[in-house]
Amino acid sequence: MLSRTAENLYWLARYVERAEYLARTIDATLRVTALPAAYIGKTNEWESALLTAGVSASFYEAYSEANEQNVVEYLSFNQSNPSSIKNCIEAARLNARSVRTALTSEMWDTLNGSWIELQEVWSKGTKTREELARFLRFVQETSLRFDGSAYRTMLRNDAYWFSRLGLHLERADNTARILDVKYHVLLPEDEHVGGPLDYYQWTSILRSVSALTAYHWVYRETLKPWLIADLLILNDTLPRSLASCYGNLVRNLDQIGVAYGRQGPSQRHARGVRNRLEHSNMDDVFQRGVHEFIQEFISDNSRLGEIITKQYLI
Amino acid sequence: MAVAFDEMNEPGGDVRQAYQELSRWLKETPPEALEYRRHEAELLFRRIGITFAVYGEAEAQERLIPFDVIPRIISAKEWTLLEKGLKQRVKALNMFLRDIYHGRDILRANVVPDDLIFQNPVFRPEMNGQDVPHDVYVHIAGIDIVRVDANDFIVLEDNARTPSGVSYMLENREIMMRLFPDLFARHRVAPVERYPDELLSCLRSVAPLSASAEPTVALMTPGIYNSAYYEHSFLADKLGIELVEGRDLIVKNDEVFMRTTEGLKRVDVIYRRVDDDFLDPLTFRPDSALGVPGLMSAYAAGNVTLANAVGTGIADDKAIYSYMPDVVKFYLGEEPILKNVQTWRCREPQDLSYVLDHLGELVVKEVHGSGGYGMLIGPAATKATIEAFRDKLKREPEGFIAQPTLALSTCPTCVASGLAPRHVDLRPFVLTGRDRTTIVPGGLTRVALKEGSLVVNSSQGGGTKDTWVLDE
Repeated sequence: MLSRTAENLYWLARYVERAEYLARTIDATLRVTALPAAYIGKTNEWESALLTAGVSASFYEAYSEANEQNVVEYLSFNQSNPSSIKNCIEAARLNARSVRTALTSEMWDTLNGSWIELQEVWSKGTKTREELARFLRFVQETSLRFDGSAYRTMLRNDAYWFSRLGLHLERADNTARILDVKYHVLLPEDEHVGGPLDYYQWTSILRSVSALTAYHWVYRETLKPWLIADLLILNDTLPRSLASCYGNLVRNLDQIGVAYGRQGPSQRHARGVRNRLEHSNMDDVFQRGVHEFIQEFISDNSRLGEIITKQYLI
Repeated sequence: MAVAFDEMNEPGGDVRQAYQELSRWLKETPPEALEYRRHEAELLFRRIGITFAVYGEAEAQERLIPFDVIPRIISAKEWTLLEKGLKQRVKALNMFLRDIYHGRDILRANVVPDDLIFQNPVFRPEMNGQDVPHDVYVHIAGIDIVRVDANDFIVLEDNARTPSGVSYMLENREIMMRLFPDLFARHRVAPVERYPDELLSCLRSVAPLSASAEPTVALMTPGIYNSAYYEHSFLADKLGIELVEGRDLIVKNDEVFMRTTEGLKRVDVIYRRVDDDFLDPLTFRPDSALGVPGLMSAYAAGNVTLANAVGTGIADDKAIYSYMPDVVKFYLGEEPILKNVQTWRCREPQDLSYVLDHLGELVVKEVHGSGGYGMLIGPAATKATIEAFRDKLKREPEGFIAQPTLALSTCPTCVASGLAPRHVDLRPFVLTGRDRTTIVPGGLTRVALKEGSLVVNSSQGGGTKDTWVLDE
């Protein structure tokens, strides 16, 4: 297939995944900020939402204060924020238009339909919390429908695999960023991991990766930070864990390699990252420092993106 | 202006043969039902994303072309005549192009004046002496046809460069069949759905000699911001070929390749929907980011076929148009089956003075214009506009031609007040391959939705209709 087509499919999936992740982040932040101050301490949850979205620096060029109104606007609708939800959906649809021939009509319908709804219903943003909640649901449903239609209707060939690569790479990045922000930035220096104030923040993290219920099923325990980290990093039964994302990345890259009769640097790199995840346990991770571990993962993950681009997409 | 020919109703009140069943059906169908279907059709178009872009309109970057649910009907007999005339015309266009870029017999015979060719910006000296496979220049032609009475089809314009609109022919039919199965059951409508197959076999038949037995065909688009992008992606999909942009292609050793996830793959035939000017920055506009550096040298080496060929603009130029009846006679020794609209060439002093005296009655067109822009419609224009045009004409007479205001035929059309006659034209698509010319029975019918308007262009408030050729 054309390299540009593969590239578009890959980015298309990334944008949709990112939009959903942003919607979940806002949703989770709204919940935790609705709690009385005594439960969450003095941390600014909106600030940390910006950090997990990786747009903190550009946000402060437009706004001076990270409060609910500003952050929601910036993450959801802001035109100058290239990864606002609105821009993600627009970019996804633009990519979809360029590769219509590689999409099934169900996938196109989902994206085009959402894009139309974005224009017709959400062009002025949201005014109330109820509206915002509806908007966030709309975004999550778009992603679910897109993913579902890809899964149910696409031929299992390179087009499908490249689209899945984008999805899992983006997902791994999102999960890693949440962990990074919560461990590193939000941890007051004089308080050790798992202090009492953190409980609701952990809930919020699990919510943003839709894993709150999963946690209880897997561990049958009250929330403990190292178990949360274990779930999000090493547990390959959780679809948004780093291990699960890399299981999928390795599998999809292998399928491409088999179809093309050739393995290359991206297959090797992905396998390397997966092997490190497979052979780690939480004790090692804590010993080496979670921050360092996550930082290394984020850079490995974005390195994989570069290698895939070089090997297939240009 | 004469009274327009009504394609459904005879002046005495009788319904013409081809429209009888439709007329009965329209009487049985309540207006609300039509309105409801019209709305449904619009939803389908939007859902599928069948849109076009109007240049210069920032807010409405993607617009729908209004679709009218009342079909336009052509009888089998009329179609047979039309088909014969179209094949004749396109054959002459191809022979003319071959001649212009080779021996130039027609210029030596003084049928067409030299300066109209050599001083024409769409003449491509790069094509001089260059052979194209099987002497086919115009593989895909869109000939704009109008009717003014029951007997004659008249050619309004030849489109020999990158004619668009065929996706509407196909999608309009799809949507009509979905919305009005009962109406189809009451007619014998010739199908149009084989167009993509015909187009693909046409394109494969003109592959260069150096191509493999299974030539690779690609459709080249300027990209998603082009007004006809939807059509490009639609056709690529139907043909099962790659939709490429300039940046997907690369020329090496005078061969064209596309960049794929498995490396470079040779391309043999390019159905290009990019204008000549933007094809190759090394040969044409150096600022073109849409093209492929070196494409023209691969073309000259005979390693890739471009469809349509480079330089076909010289055949559909409005100044050349007026010579088409002579061109047909010159090459084929036959009388043209399809007539031309009477045309005054403003470059000729006698014609110019007639035109200047009758501006209020005539349609004046720019020789190099298209899309209905830069046109004066005398009877509808204000005095000031006419005077402004008079100045333009005097300054640059060779830039214009003039034609009588034609009373384009009308078809019943859904408008706010119910059914009303609106003016229509027709663009059938003629495919020319190695050894045959095919025309799928049908075409794009465009309709001027504003009362009294004669401008059918989609960029100026025109809509489309499904075109039915009856099969009996």
